[in-house]
Amino acid sequence: MSLTSRSRLSILDKPLSRGKGEVSLSCFALLFSEVVQYCQNKSQTVPELQNKLHELGRKVGIKLIDLYFVREKNGKREIKLLNILLFVKSTLWKALFGREADKLEHSNDDENTYYLMEKDPLVNKFISVPRDKSSLNCAVFIAGIIEAVLTGTGFTAKVTAHWHKGTTYMVKFDDVVVARDKQLEER
Amino acid sequence: MSRSTTRFDTKKVNSELVTLTYGALVAQMIKDLDSTEDVSKQLERLGYNMGVRLIEDFLAKTGTGRCLDLKDTADKIQTAFRMYLGVQPNVANWSAAGDEFSFVLDNNPLTDLVELPEDLKNLKYCNLICGAIRGALEMVQLDVQSWIVQDQLKGDQNTEIRVKFIRRLEDAMPAGED
Repeated sequence: MSLTSRSRLSILDKPLSRGKGEVSLSCFALLFSEVVQYCQNKSQTVPELQNKLHELGRKVGIKLIDLYFVREKNGKREIKLLNILLFVKSTLWKALFGREADKLEHSNDDENTYYLMEKDPLVNKFISVPRDKSSLNCAVFIAGIIEAVLTGTGFTAKVTAHWHKGTTYMVKFDDVVVARDKQLEER
Repeated sequence: MSRSTTRFDTKKVNSELVTLTYGALVAQMIKDLDSTEDVSKQLERLGYNMGVRLIEDFLAKTGTGRCLDLKDTADKIQTAFRMYLGVQPNVANWSAAGDEFSFVLDNNPLTDLVELPEDLKNLKYCNLICGAIRGALEMVQLDVQSWIVQDQLKGDQNTEIRVKFIRRLEDAMPAGED
């Protein structure tokens, strides 16, 4: 009953790695630099470049959802808005970057908006932004990761990266998400 | 035999971040380019760019000197594998003339979590590594060719990367400096 040529184990038959593997930072930095260059070659303007990086980040984020919920949370998803934000700030950040994000704040003027701050994001460590492109923040890649994780777990949001106290990721949830969260609280 | 583990103090990042970043890039390229061959070529090119810069980092961190022969070079690349990818490949399958050898990897952080769909079976996913080897060696005046012989993503037991020595490059002096 053997499937002759396909004796190979599929990826789902193998046990999930514990995710403790490490690779040198230089290796990641150079790879990321190539990623940025690749996107730059395909773009005319800074916003276009940022969109491309954001898109790539989203691809990474989508894969991280299942990986981390299975590994860190026994497969249980979060249903509360604050909890998913804390999941991003702590669990996700720790697993990806080895430490928690610096700060999480709720906006004063807009209840849908949260800020996640990081003084010195890993991806920006070796990037010097040219003067004529000063608005470029390559951490949009990470913003893409966050957006995919939030949106993919049912908390639809837009996430952008800005130069403010280091890098600040602005998380703006959909009205529906915030309304639903309020309903949950009332119960 | 004693294996010195982390002799060189290098900063590390989570390997999954690298795996997935690379994966996202490859996926994007497949969308952008017409043929898988072009993607493979571009990946090699990308690796080359990385290798060109990586060699500097390697020389600075290890303080290593000139290689005496190709065996020496192979050993040093083996060290580099450990430093940068955290894996220890075996150096094997030397050709009779001693100008060709292989690195045999039983695991590879680039391909963790990766599965190739049927229609991309001829994609050389790990070409990045071949490119990096070529780029790094070119910067130390060694012209080599590097390609993938066996690939775990295609069902082989191991991933085997072949390196062939072509020639020694002469020092090219920048124009006007002799």
